[in-house]
Amino acid sequence: MDLTPKQSIPAAESTRFPDEVLERVLTLLKSPKDRNAVSLVCKDWYTADSWSRRHVFIGNCYSVSPEIVARRFPRIRSVTLKGKPRFSDFNLVPDNWGADVHSWLLVFASGSPFLEELRLKRMRVTDGSLEFLALNFPNFRALSLLSCDGFSTSGLATVATHCKNLIELDIQENGIEDLSGEWLSCFPDNFSTLEVLNFSNLITDVNTEVLERLVSRCRSLKVLKLNRSSSLDCLHRLLTSAPQLTELGVGSFSQELTPQQHAELKHAFGFCKNLTVLSGFWDATALNLSAVYPACSGLSFLNLSYTALQSQELASLLPHCPCLRRLWVLDSVGDRGLEAVGANCPSLEEIRVFPTDPFDEDMLHTVTESGIVAVSQGCPKLHYILYFCRQMTNAAVATVVRNCPDFTHFRLCIMNPGQPDHTTNQPMDEAFGAVVKTCKKLKRLSISGLLTDLTFKYIGEYAKNLEALSVAFAGSSDLGMQYVMEGCSKLKKLEIRDCPFGNAALLSGLERYESMRSLWMSACNVTVDGCKALARQMPRLNVEVMKEEGSDDCKADKVYVYRTVAGPRRDAPPSVLTFSSL
Amino acid sequence: MEGGVAYENGLNFKATELTLGLPGSGETEGQGGVRNNNKRPMPTPETNEEESQAQAQIVGWPPIRSYRKNSLQASGMYVKVSMDGAPYLRKIDLKVYRDYPELLKALEAMFKFAAGVYSEREGYKGSEYVPTYEDKDGDWMLVGDVPWDMFMSSCKRLRIMKGSEARGLGCGV
Repeated sequence: MDLTPKQSIPAAESTRFPDEVLERVLTLLKSPKDRNAVSLVCKDWYTADSWSRRHVFIGNCYSVSPEIVARRFPRIRSVTLKGKPRFSDFNLVPDNWGADVHSWLLVFASGSPFLEELRLKRMRVTDGSLEFLALNFPNFRALSLLSCDGFSTSGLATVATHCKNLIELDIQENGIEDLSGEWLSCFPDNFSTLEVLNFSNLITDVNTEVLERLVSRCRSLKVLKLNRSSSLDCLHRLLTSAPQLTELGVGSFSQELTPQQHAELKHAFGFCKNLTVLSGFWDATALNLSAVYPACSGLSFLNLSYTALQSQELASLLPHCPCLRRLWVLDSVGDRGLEAVGANCPSLEEIRVFPTDPFDEDMLHTVTESGIVAVSQGCPKLHYILYFCRQMTNAAVATVVRNCPDFTHFRLCIMNPGQPDHTTNQPMDEAFGAVVKTCKKLKRLSISGLLTDLTFKYIGEYAKNLEALSVAFAGSSDLGMQYVMEGCSKLKKLEIRDCPFGNAALLSGLERYESMRSLWMSACNVTVDGCKALARQMPRLNVEVMKEEGSDDCKADKVYVYRTVAGPRRDAPPSVLTFSSL
Repeated sequence: MEGGVAYENGLNFKATELTLGLPGSGETEGQGGVRNNNKRPMPTPETNEEESQAQAQIVGWPPIRSYRKNSLQASGMYVKVSMDGAPYLRKIDLKVYRDYPELLKALEAMFKFAAGVYSEREGYKGSEYVPTYEDKDGDWMLVGDVPWDMFMSSCKRLRIMKGSEARGLGCGV
């Protein structure tokens, strides 16, 4: 291409691509961030992106309206929508709060009936919506519902009945009304396109014969996650007919097997050469666990977080999983179990340790600072940790990040609120100071323990790449939150509960909120007047206050602030007050 | 945040107060007024329940998803196990064990003791510690006296008693 400055043709015209070419080039860009950036270059590129965009990710369903989305992306095929604030997972958001998917479906049905994929997280989904989806989108092929509520197994039945081209049905961790396992029998007899089937969420039994026939018909099935009531006999037959699986969720693993049955199951696991992900395992016994060994050599993700394994059982299993990159366990494995992790998993990148008994303080401290240090010593590639414990020390955390400086996600939950370093009785400020000073790539941080404003000073000063911060029972004054709002320029999500941050803290983020997805503050010292002041000054923010029964009129019990181009929402229940600049 | 509490007349009763916690514990207040001492006096059954209630009453804390909470509660048959002399209890899932020998082996490993040899006539011989359990009627029974299945359905909690206290526990029905 000749770019000599003295050319008489204006540079813009000479370098102009035909629209079709530009669109073809843009389809090669998959990441939403790249696509968003591209659309800002110039009007032509904005238009080309609009017409060629196939997938849209909407991190907050109220940040934009379905009409705006449908107008901008007329040929959209795949939509990912997230609804309620994350703290709804912990019962902090009223049931009728909103995030109903139906209005989205109505708009898409009229504008883009070629929708193929819908992935929802923390949305309200009714059976009526599922039926509407199944009947109005003839090309529909992938449904994923994570932490949603409002639907029952009847809704799943309509999807199974009518979606002739379904390749993915992924039902995870939802508040589902589980009426019966009949839905599985609704897939037509000749239906064979399924590649992903995850019904681990469901409690009621499905018909095992129907399941086995379905699995043997679906030759492209890659992901199969059974529910708890699935027996080991059934599992054995399924493995034999579907050795091509890459991801498997077993059912309950407690059934008593004869030596013969055990050998057969182990043999069946041996067929599964392509397994990379293994999960399920409710109530696993040590003996039964050994049946999976032959399938573990290529395993990269092992989820044992639904069964209370002891340290020895984990120590026996891990040597069979040399390629493990992600491991989820319960704290029943103890520090000894975590030592085994450090000793056997050199490629480990992510570990999550959940509490077996979150509400029972009587429990012997089963994982402590020793466990997390042991893992960090043996697993230098660690970059994601979620750790629930009852005691921690500043020194241990400093050691952990010294061993593993590449953390991108550091989520530590010391379960007793406001608990100090148990050896020095000091606040845990230096622990998180070490984390943010050492881990330059840190994107997500959850803090806990006894923390003063100093922790927040460290975060504001050092955590320059931080995108998500979760805070509970911490800080001494408004300064704490101010440090973060001023220092963390890349912050996208901030959730705060039970901290002494008031209106001054809330308003210190004025410059920040429009570049963030959302802010949550509950049980802090913010008042309704403070929220009104924020709303008045920032017209493109929705400021919502959830009032609790019996609280003072002036208190803002729960505050949810988010940027939006759709204006105040109109579907809020009476307990949610919306403030805007209008 | 740390350090003693000063009183106007200079007398710091707190410092000389007798507790079973280590010095320096129990003096700091967490945010939101929740007690945060990580060492605590010997728990009695009543205190345990209260403390568990107090923790359970903080809505949404610890931050565990409802799905996971429900999953864990429904799983297994968890019973508390205490041992005389040990400050903390354990919890075990009875469903994991097939019979008494397996259960006893696990208890011995967990609490580092030897249960001795069981006989119907004489209970556990040759050991300082004796495994007992509280049944549905509130009676304390010797582990092993009733058939395993009956034990599984009637056992509410386990207690590893010091041998001297256990004398007199028969196959009470």
